[in-house]
Amino acid sequence: MLTEYPRLRSVLGQATTIAITLLGLLLLTFIIGRMMPADPVRAIVGEDASRETYEQVFNQLGLDRPVWEQFLRYLGDVFSGDFGTSIRTGQPVINDILHVMPATIELATLAILIGAGLGVPLGVIAAVNKDRWPDHVVRVFSLFGHSMPIFWTGMIALIIFYAKLGWVGGSGRMSQFYIGMVPDRTGFLLIDSLLAGQMDVFWSAINHLILPAALLGYSSSAYITRMTRSFMLDQLGQEYMTTARVKGLSKRQTIWHHAFGNIKVQLVTIVALAYGGLLEGAVLIETVFGWPGFGQYLTNNLIIGDMNAVMTCVLIVGVIFIALNLLSDLLYRVFDPRTK
Amino acid sequence: MTDLPLPTRRIPGPLLALRNILTFLIRQPTSAFGLIVLAVLILTAIFAPLIATHDPYVQDLNNVLQAPGNGHLFGTDELGRDIFSRLVWGARITLTIIFLVTIVVGPLGLLVGTTSGYFGGRFDTVMMRITDIFLSFPSLILSLAFVAALGPSLNNAIIAIGLTSWPPIARLARAETMTFRKADYIAAARLQGASPMRIILKSIVPMCLPSVMIRLTLNMATVILTAAGLGFLGLGAQPPLPEWGAMIATGRRYMIDSWWLVTFPGLAILTVSLAFNLLGDGLRDALDPKQMNRR
Amino acid sequence: MDPILDVQNLAIRYAGSPVDAVRGVSFTLGRERLGIVGESGSGKSTVGRALLKLLPGAKISADRIRFEDLDLLAQSEAEMLKIRGRRMSMILQDPKFSLNPIHRVGDQVAETYLRHFPASRAVAKAKTLEMLEAVKIRDPERVHDLYPHKISGGMGQRVMIAMMLLADPDLVIADEPTSALDVTVRLQVLNILDGLVRDRGIGLIMISHDLNLVRNFCDRVLIMYAGRVVETLNAAEMDRAQHPYTRGLLAAQPRIGGGRQPLAVLDRRPEWKEEAVL
Repeated sequence: MLTEYPRLRSVLGQATTIAITLLGLLLLTFIIGRMMPADPVRAIVGEDASRETYEQVFNQLGLDRPVWEQFLRYLGDVFSGDFGTSIRTGQPVINDILHVMPATIELATLAILIGAGLGVPLGVIAAVNKDRWPDHVVRVFSLFGHSMPIFWTGMIALIIFYAKLGWVGGSGRMSQFYIGMVPDRTGFLLIDSLLAGQMDVFWSAINHLILPAALLGYSSSAYITRMTRSFMLDQLGQEYMTTARVKGLSKRQTIWHHAFGNIKVQLVTIVALAYGGLLEGAVLIETVFGWPGFGQYLTNNLIIGDMNAVMTCVLIVGVIFIALNLLSDLLYRVFDPRTK
Repeated sequence: MTDLPLPTRRIPGPLLALRNILTFLIRQPTSAFGLIVLAVLILTAIFAPLIATHDPYVQDLNNVLQAPGNGHLFGTDELGRDIFSRLVWGARITLTIIFLVTIVVGPLGLLVGTTSGYFGGRFDTVMMRITDIFLSFPSLILSLAFVAALGPSLNNAIIAIGLTSWPPIARLARAETMTFRKADYIAAARLQGASPMRIILKSIVPMCLPSVMIRLTLNMATVILTAAGLGFLGLGAQPPLPEWGAMIATGRRYMIDSWWLVTFPGLAILTVSLAFNLLGDGLRDALDPKQMNRR
Repeated sequence: MDPILDVQNLAIRYAGSPVDAVRGVSFTLGRERLGIVGESGSGKSTVGRALLKLLPGAKISADRIRFEDLDLLAQSEAEMLKIRGRRMSMILQDPKFSLNPIHRVGDQVAETYLRHFPASRAVAKAKTLEMLEAVKIRDPERVHDLYPHKISGGMGQRVMIAMMLLADPDLVIADEPTSALDVTVRLQVLNILDGLVRDRGIGLIMISHDLNLVRNFCDRVLIMYAGRVVETLNAAEMDRAQHPYTRGLLAAQPRIGGGRQPLAVLDRRPEWKEEAVL
């Protein structure tokens, strides 16, 4: 029990931190929601409603109450799972978001696989060849990915690979022709089409997914490359690398088995954080590729000013970020023998 | 003391350091590229009326969607406006964004960071919690939320970007402050009865300034991309302003047949943001003492 | 007796450096224990690493580096992979850094065996346990599964010895094997190393800055200064040292029961860097 004590304390401490951060998140979204100049009552009752109707709705929304009371009410609503209804669809916002989320997760997951698949080896190559030409090439390549406005690169890629070369599919998750052919079980089109045994749909989905995912992955690989390089540089100078060489291991074996083994845990945490960063790119790339996911949902509602939907999206991104941070922290503890 | 020969013209320390850093940057091909692009951007913005071949706002409906050439270096857009001239004037908008974001973010980050680092304790805990909350959003998404609340416009986009990009600066300033706080000269100032405000402003802020400036440079690429992204989504600069992201958004409808509408503004964004990234990368090398020794 | 190692006129130059870090080093080694002593920067560790050809970017030249039947200078990297660990190995200074923190101690030792012999993991493990026992680790089964941060420095260095002797090399270079250890366990570790080296007839090169230690554990001593060997002596005849630098080193050693006047300050003359003392 005594040995358990510090661990228990750190878990409790972390839980408090998360709770406070969550509360702050809610406060922030609440404030932003209140800040908007557009009148929420007018949005509901319309321009030419009578004064009485206006007052009635005003009171109904609780806008006559003090601000802190409104915040508490907002908290209560959120914790009971009520995020308000969307003006556009009339559905509860949270249902809408849950419906579009799988498309984004599918996109982001493939993107992170590409980003890590590209970034990690490049980072290792750069570190091993520090200050020689492969290092410089990798640096410019990854800075390039970091510098491109992804919505623009998306368009250029569409012009080239879709319009001119016809190698990949255009907008959306699959060809128009296939829409509605696969029953929606998980929301993940790749899984659903496999479950239904529709290989045509599966390939069409891959065809549409590959370009936006590759672009997102490339842009996120910059960060992964840089971190991998710096982690590897730390390890390559370590004395145990000499030990391994003295034992008769080749340079390649020492790099992959010994040095790389030491950065795996750090890499997992980095990739988890990069995954959260992808959501940002997803907002832009989904707009360009007509991808019916979270990002498009957010921008559509921004344009029509549906604040319930927008604020819930922002809140969810915040929660995902906190969760990913927590996850990476957890992975670190579980997988690093030094923390045991 | 008096018979020591005084140097005829002494370059003050900070200026000398700046000169050394610039020399270092200009020697590396990558960061030299960044410096040159930045210089070109500034010159273009200053001399925009001289460089632009046409009025960026004048429409010529007889001359829409002209391919590059024929008096229009980069072609014309859907309203017959000269794309090259719009890009040139757009450099002013880009610089304005950079400048305004810097003067919002720098002081805000410094204020939060230095005060919480100096006072420590509960104040510090609270301020850092707030910083963490801001950090727990990707900056574009939080900017989107702010712009949505404030209403779409260039100024609001700048405010939104400013409001979302101060936390890393605050973190940095706080870390720096923590290292100075215990220094003897701070204690001496306190014993002389200087107020905390005075100590922070006179002694701590100047010490944090160099690293904060570097961090701001490193952030510029992100700021430019975020601003362009907001412009693209229609939440930043509004038409007819020749903002590069907004130009891409309007050009999108014509992109298959008239590639030049989106290509050139995009290249402009890419070049400037790449320049800032390369410059930042070079700066990091220039100021990394470990790296300097090896040369 | 055929020498294990015969080095003639070895010179080493690091990449980008205008001068040789080590020049004109010559010595032969039989089945004996040779000490190389010098202050930091004298090039003693560089010599050790050069023998294993583990100096990336450095240029190694010599009239002759003969290791048993091999001309080391002519060995390719692929051939060196078969030599390192199997025929020639090196014990590094500090087990805190020289053991890989994320691999179990036993696995790291076994890696040497698996690298050089076509054996199953079970065989390698049995060999490892046997070797851990040989370096006087009391509970080899338990230690085998520990991570390096769980074991003490003295035990870490014994693990290191086990790792480097497992494939039964003919030559072991010990680079400051005890300077990172607590004074209390130094002797213990040295005795273990000494016993194993004697029993197996291994040639040992002990690199150290500690003249007393080398004098007690080695047969012969090379004194290095600024990249050169200034003097070679039998350990038993240390007091007959001719070179002023060696004499200075000896004079700078404190002695229990010795006089209480300040110890002599080491004299370093630039001409010692130039003249070749044979």
